[in-house]
Amino acid sequence: MDQTIRLRVDGKAQSVQADPEMPLLYALRDDLGMENPRFGCGLSQCGACTVLVDGKATRSCVTPVAKVEGHAVTTLAGLGTPEHPHPLQKAFMEEAAMQCGYCLNGWIMTAADLLHREKSPSREQIVKALNGVVCRCGAHVAMLRAVERAAKEMSA
Amino acid sequence: MTKRQDAQVSTEPRMGVSRLRRSEFLAAGTAALAVVALPQGGTRSFAMAADERTTTLGSWLRMWPDGTVEVFTDKVEVGMGVATGLGQFVADELDVPFSRIKMMLGDTDFTVAAGGVGGSNSTFMGNFALRNAAAQMRRILVNEASARMGIPADKLTVSDGVIHPAGDTSKSIKYTDIVAALFPSPTFPLRGDGFTTDIDVPAKPKDFTQYKLAGSSVPRLDAPGKAYGHYPYVVNVKLPGMMHGRMIYPPAIGATVQSVDEASIHGIGDARVVRVGSFVGVVATREWHAVKAARALKVTWSAPSTTLPAMDKLADYMWAQQPFKKTAAPPQGNVDAALASGAYEAKYFWPFQTHANMDPGCSVVDVRPGAVTVWSGTQKTHALRQGIAKLLKVPPEQVRVVWVSDAGSYGRGGLEESAAAAAYLSHAVGRPVRVQSMRADNTQWGNKAPAIVGRLSAKVQNGSIVAFDSNLRQFNGNEIFSQPSAPGTFIAAQLAGVPNDGGTFEYGIYGAASGKYEIPNTRATAELIAPFAPSGSPLRTAHLRDPQGPGVTFIIESFIDELAAQAKADAVAFRVKHLRDQRHIDAIQAAAKAANWETRPSATAKRTNAAGELIGRGVAFATRGPTIVATVAEVAVNPKTGKVRVPRIVAAQDCGFIVNPKALQGTIEANVIQSLSRSIYEEVTFNDHTVTSKDWRTYPVAHMRDVPAEVKVVMINRPSIRPGGAGEPTSRTTAAAIGNAIYDATGVRMRTAPFTPKNVLAALTAQSRA
Repeated sequence: MDQTIRLRVDGKAQSVQADPEMPLLYALRDDLGMENPRFGCGLSQCGACTVLVDGKATRSCVTPVAKVEGHAVTTLAGLGTPEHPHPLQKAFMEEAAMQCGYCLNGWIMTAADLLHREKSPSREQIVKALNGVVCRCGAHVAMLRAVERAAKEMSA
Repeated sequence: MTKRQDAQVSTEPRMGVSRLRRSEFLAAGTAALAVVALPQGGTRSFAMAADERTTTLGSWLRMWPDGTVEVFTDKVEVGMGVATGLGQFVADELDVPFSRIKMMLGDTDFTVAAGGVGGSNSTFMGNFALRNAAAQMRRILVNEASARMGIPADKLTVSDGVIHPAGDTSKSIKYTDIVAALFPSPTFPLRGDGFTTDIDVPAKPKDFTQYKLAGSSVPRLDAPGKAYGHYPYVVNVKLPGMMHGRMIYPPAIGATVQSVDEASIHGIGDARVVRVGSFVGVVATREWHAVKAARALKVTWSAPSTTLPAMDKLADYMWAQQPFKKTAAPPQGNVDAALASGAYEAKYFWPFQTHANMDPGCSVVDVRPGAVTVWSGTQKTHALRQGIAKLLKVPPEQVRVVWVSDAGSYGRGGLEESAAAAAYLSHAVGRPVRVQSMRADNTQWGNKAPAIVGRLSAKVQNGSIVAFDSNLRQFNGNEIFSQPSAPGTFIAAQLAGVPNDGGTFEYGIYGAASGKYEIPNTRATAELIAPFAPSGSPLRTAHLRDPQGPGVTFIIESFIDELAAQAKADAVAFRVKHLRDQRHIDAIQAAAKAANWETRPSATAKRTNAAGELIGRGVAFATRGPTIVATVAEVAVNPKTGKVRVPRIVAAQDCGFIVNPKALQGTIEANVIQSLSRSIYEEVTFNDHTVTSKDWRTYPVAHMRDVPAEVKVVMINRPSIRPGGAGEPTSRTTAAAIGNAIYDATGVRMRTAPFTPKNVLAALTAQSRA
């Protein structure tokens, strides 16, 4: 049975009529038109669907939509904009830390969680935090540069 | 469609352009439109008919009264920055600021069919026609200004889109004031076909050395949209009335549908079943309902059509087969005579691998009477148009394929399968249908790169290779044609009963591919063995990034390393000794220098690090088309677990003139990591009836923890040599460099890839027994 589920997405109050078991990913993409959480595996293995739920990096492909009722969801578009960029977005752009970019949402959102918790992470901390995110194109080297660049800017 | 705008690489400007499609343009005919040159690329297929050997200039470039220059190309952006690079060429030729350039990528109603993306060709050959067209556009505009100003054209120059006498800006005419001179758009003959397609114009493009933008790190056009999240991806295409579909894949090779229990999805929204032969799909208004229905649908399948060989005996199976096709490179000298006195021999194995695209593949197809539109991330829009037209049995003129970025494609993987499935589903339900494949649909059922085995014999005398005999055997590299122009190349169509009618025969052959060493007696043969099943196989084979390249180079460059060890020679010096072309020597020496390569034979002493790992370094060299690569890898091997770490990789590449150094660096780094992944992790697994690699756990790839602490890229710029390809070449040498480093570290030769703990331990154990 569909239910009305109330969410707060990128600072805006929203509601969806959906199967409470439906993954948050489909609510965000199909009901609310959020384009950045992306389907990659549906198995919580790749991170392409990552959003922040109350600031914590969360895999929306395996999170039932009803579980985030009343919580604050942030997507990549809510993290920053060209006018008000998040340091990570600026750094990924400046380092051209991407190939196809399909996975980029997962990297930036997971790194955002890390950098909000840890202002000056070590290389090991970054590697550990990002190890569960897949980039099939292999843009990892540039992504490491980008995260370190953003960390530097945020701790400056 | 996506509502957001990306100023540069976007579907949105293209949708704006669609108001200027040929028929509408002819009806409109207003002064504002009069400057628009019409593309005639619409009816050309990959193989062009004789009467399609011309195009208008406007098929390639259009200049608008506001100064915008639209660049039409079927080279789509698969993530390496080629759209930016091609735009740099056009801006330089026209002498306009880069900000004026809009790249219009891959739309069969607008772009000229030129083979699409493939073979690292987008920059390499994709620049020919665009540079010529831009040079011709500049010439037309300068001639017009010359006539108006009464100044000879050869006395005029152009700065930022303003034509003026050289060294004198007091008199000038802007391009934007005379764009009408471009209309009616002149027609020029075409040269070449497919990737080599070029336009024959009187104007001559500038030398690479005269370029200002090309050669510099212009920021990638796609970077802001990707970082801020407004870059258009095909997964975001939404149409009014669109439904969501999923395809049901068989449980086994060659299995066909016996019955479908439609009641099994009753109550899952409005989900319903579509069946065409053994193609089965579900469609629903809500995506979640389609996903649930695909999981719930009960289908009864026949038994598999064949039994697959034991995976750990695949090499034996391949050697036991009778090849159905053979080829040979031109021999040199007399190998048999040279090897008669005793040869050094080795056998190698390279596994099946797969694309495992980050997005399993998404397409939206809208089948209407007389008009079919396909939104897809295909590398080859024009070929896909042919394939979908034949699948739906409609004339290709009625099909429009619009490229919108999907995840990285790396050849003919699984992305286009969603287009075929969506075409069947949209045709059945009469609504636009979006199909996004599920993870297993892609990893388990996408096309595979063929397994390769090699048998090599050689003789080393006085420190030199005097004879080299290579025999490579593999599954067909192009069983599924690289161009999706035939419907039987889609698994959906195969299940619907369409035979695979597209393939050609493709080998990885040493000598033809990368045999650059000077050896007096050589023989190189290659053989193809039959696929496991003619149809409906999850192990059907197709192009994966640098088709055959990593496998063949692993085999050959590991064996060359064995010969260097035989000669007790340094692996770099041994290769240099057998090379003649100075560019080849420069590349390998550049890699060695950047790696602080210590000149010594390999594996002469055990070296360990503080963690007790055995450490070593290896090198590999190859060419791919005009591009030259050399890679040095350093490894640390845990002798107890067999785990291989790669703390450092140095990759040197000479691809001629470097168009965009930063984009090239990113491309090479990504090649290094992806090929590192293929070297140490990737092997498609299977049981006796199907592929068991289904997701990221069962087909593991490199993660952040596997990334070398240092990846050093050495880019050798040759400004007077036309740019070669860069999308694939550095994928070629990584496995061999790592394997050779493992030998240096352990004294054990890896003749089986990937270098998983299991395979490394097996090699170490075999050595200690011997």
